[in-house]
Amino acid sequence: MSQHLLSIDDLDREGIERILDRAASFAEVAGREIKKVPALRGRTVVNLFYEASTRTSSSFELAAKRLSADVVSIRAATSSVTKGESLKDTVQTLTAYDPAAIVIRSPHAGAAQLVARWTDAAVVNAGDGKHEHPTQALLDVYTLRRRLGALDGKRIWIVGDVLHSRVARSNILALLRMGADVTVSGPPTLIPRGIEALGCQVAPTLDRLEQADVVYVLRMQNERMHEAYVPSLREYAARYQVNAERLKPHQLLMHPGPVNRGVELSADAIDSPQALIAQQVEAGVVVRMAVLYELLANGPAAPGEGAGSEATPEAVALA
Amino acid sequence: MSVQRLFHASAAPAELLLRGVHVLDPRSDLDAPHDVLVRAGAIAEIGAPGALPAPAGSDVVEGEGLHLFPAFFDPHVHLRTPGQEHKETLATGTAAAAAGGYCGIVAMPNTSPTLDSAPLLRSLTAHAEREAMVPVGFMPAITVGLRGTDLTEMAELRDAGALGFTDDGRPVVSAGMLRRALQYQRLCGGVLALHEEDPSLSGHGVMHEGTVSARLGMEGIPSVSESTMVTRDAALAAYEQGRVHFQHLSCVESVEALAAWKAAGAQVSGEASPHHLTLTDEAVRSLDSRFKMNPPLRTEADRQALIAGLRDGTIECIATDHAPHARHEKEVPFEEAPMGVTGLETAFPVLYTDLVLPGLLPLELVIERMTAGAALLDLPTPRIAVGEPANLVLLDLAGEWEVGARGYASTSGNSCFEGRTLHGVVRLTLAAGAVVHRAPVEVAA
Repeated sequence: MSQHLLSIDDLDREGIERILDRAASFAEVAGREIKKVPALRGRTVVNLFYEASTRTSSSFELAAKRLSADVVSIRAATSSVTKGESLKDTVQTLTAYDPAAIVIRSPHAGAAQLVARWTDAAVVNAGDGKHEHPTQALLDVYTLRRRLGALDGKRIWIVGDVLHSRVARSNILALLRMGADVTVSGPPTLIPRGIEALGCQVAPTLDRLEQADVVYVLRMQNERMHEAYVPSLREYAARYQVNAERLKPHQLLMHPGPVNRGVELSADAIDSPQALIAQQVEAGVVVRMAVLYELLANGPAAPGEGAGSEATPEAVALA
Repeated sequence: MSVQRLFHASAAPAELLLRGVHVLDPRSDLDAPHDVLVRAGAIAEIGAPGALPAPAGSDVVEGEGLHLFPAFFDPHVHLRTPGQEHKETLATGTAAAAAGGYCGIVAMPNTSPTLDSAPLLRSLTAHAEREAMVPVGFMPAITVGLRGTDLTEMAELRDAGALGFTDDGRPVVSAGMLRRALQYQRLCGGVLALHEEDPSLSGHGVMHEGTVSARLGMEGIPSVSESTMVTRDAALAAYEQGRVHFQHLSCVESVEALAAWKAAGAQVSGEASPHHLTLTDEAVRSLDSRFKMNPPLRTEADRQALIAGLRDGTIECIATDHAPHARHEKEVPFEEAPMGVTGLETAFPVLYTDLVLPGLLPLELVIERMTAGAALLDLPTPRIAVGEPANLVLLDLAGEWEVGARGYASTSGNSCFEGRTLHGVVRLTLAAGAVVHRAPVEVAA
């Protein structure tokens, strides 16, 4: 694994599998009463969030804490970023604290790449604009792999607002790397022109949805209606809502959250036994632990740092 | 009535003998080594190599192995003055032009305040007469404040020296408004130079709409945003028998539209920029804001169409759209960065390296297209001929340099070619009869 996790493009299949295997070993730790391992003791992880986020920021925070790192979480609304400080100045200020990692969420594509240029810390992209959200894709693949085993040849449909979705882009890339067959489906106004160049198929309707092994539904934001991407949420729901009627018993259902009940998903679909939504959230912590561990503890040790490459989390936990 | 339309600071007329230089000017049918004598700022004699004696008091430049071209003319630059002098000034912008081998450039009006009134134009031309190293022409706005709602006082502006008019940076969205400007052109003359973009199609786009924007999740600017406006405005120009010039064409569809309307007899012309001729949207995968400009870098098919258009004459001239921005303004995420890249100092070397050396365009054609902008604006074309003012650029085509390694003459460094090694070193530039640029070394006094 490279020094940073900016994009799923930073990982090959083997790299993804290594993180997922590591996450699986952390899942055991999560089952214990004391859920901490000392792998990152004495090291600092900065969470820099320029966008509202509940599950991503809390799971990164928890992941770093369970690895015994010191955690500083900065929200745009409560820091000097609202006073007009540039991203570069903020990153250079934070870099003065000598963090081992900076986790960044930004409304702008490429923000994580820029941060990586301006700091020696490992940088983890926690979502940059509509570009990528690699840890979400990793936790989704983790969740699916636990349920299905290998994803080779599995047919996965990603349904909804692909145009504005970083989750969709990272998932398309990660799922294809894992050997899955990916189809995106949604209103033509919300499917980016040229998306098939990534290697996925495009289906304008859900007519063939029953072919899917997994239905991955994206969040449909209200403002898309005002921007005339869809005439109404009512019409959107009529054509693209995944509900008990469209979801077949053999299919699994996923969603990155937060869900708009009654829009992209019906309540009965959300509450169906096929839904993996809760498992996805649960996977968030262990997968992010694995990402931080692979970047910080398992690579070449930083000068003067104790965490050696030999240490498995198990060994570290027992130490 | 003859109105002055190019403005520069006075400088001592050159007294110079260029000995044994390879003179290449397709318009003068020159393509061989010659001695070229410049006296009192004009080309006094062109003789066989080694034949001309150096008059007392004149500089001698040993030009063996070097090429002498007519200096270039750029119909499209942003000098950021007044109001944004932290990006560029008349002094630094014209120094950049001199360093790039230009003898004339045309400044766009999207300054702060907008260049849209005669008093402001007069103050700028006076400013240019104090500071500009290279002659500068000004194109005031078509509409007041570039707002697209009221025509500027075009007749008075023409009397004050306006070369033509443009709302560059923005399209004239209303067809009715552009029609009025075309009608008024019959009174005042002056080309209307058009930035073509339909804002209802380009939206908040930051790059070309295509497979790369789909991958990056960034809002795209589709090619049809430009080409539909080229088609509309060429039709309006034809209907009103007016003259329009299409700025920075970027896509196949625009080149096709321009060719079709030319064939139909419309008085339309077009320009292409070095970055659109040499780069594609693939460069944006780096997420580097130096590749952000409007119109955006498009696909390889678009790039090839621009090259073909330049070759067959559909596109008459090359314009840099030199658009300086301060480093802190560009050191932000791609979507946040301002549009625009610098171009004056790299235009010829990048075209020579990426189009001439690989055999895509002949050298003579590139020289022709880099000087043709003057005639489109009713200005004399830079030429190498006895009696002509000395507008000359001396180049070492075998020389290499790394873009940005020695900084820039421009105030800004937002070049999309930074770090590239290019062939073609500008050794000496003469503009309006004066030496305006000398490479720091190698030129013998």
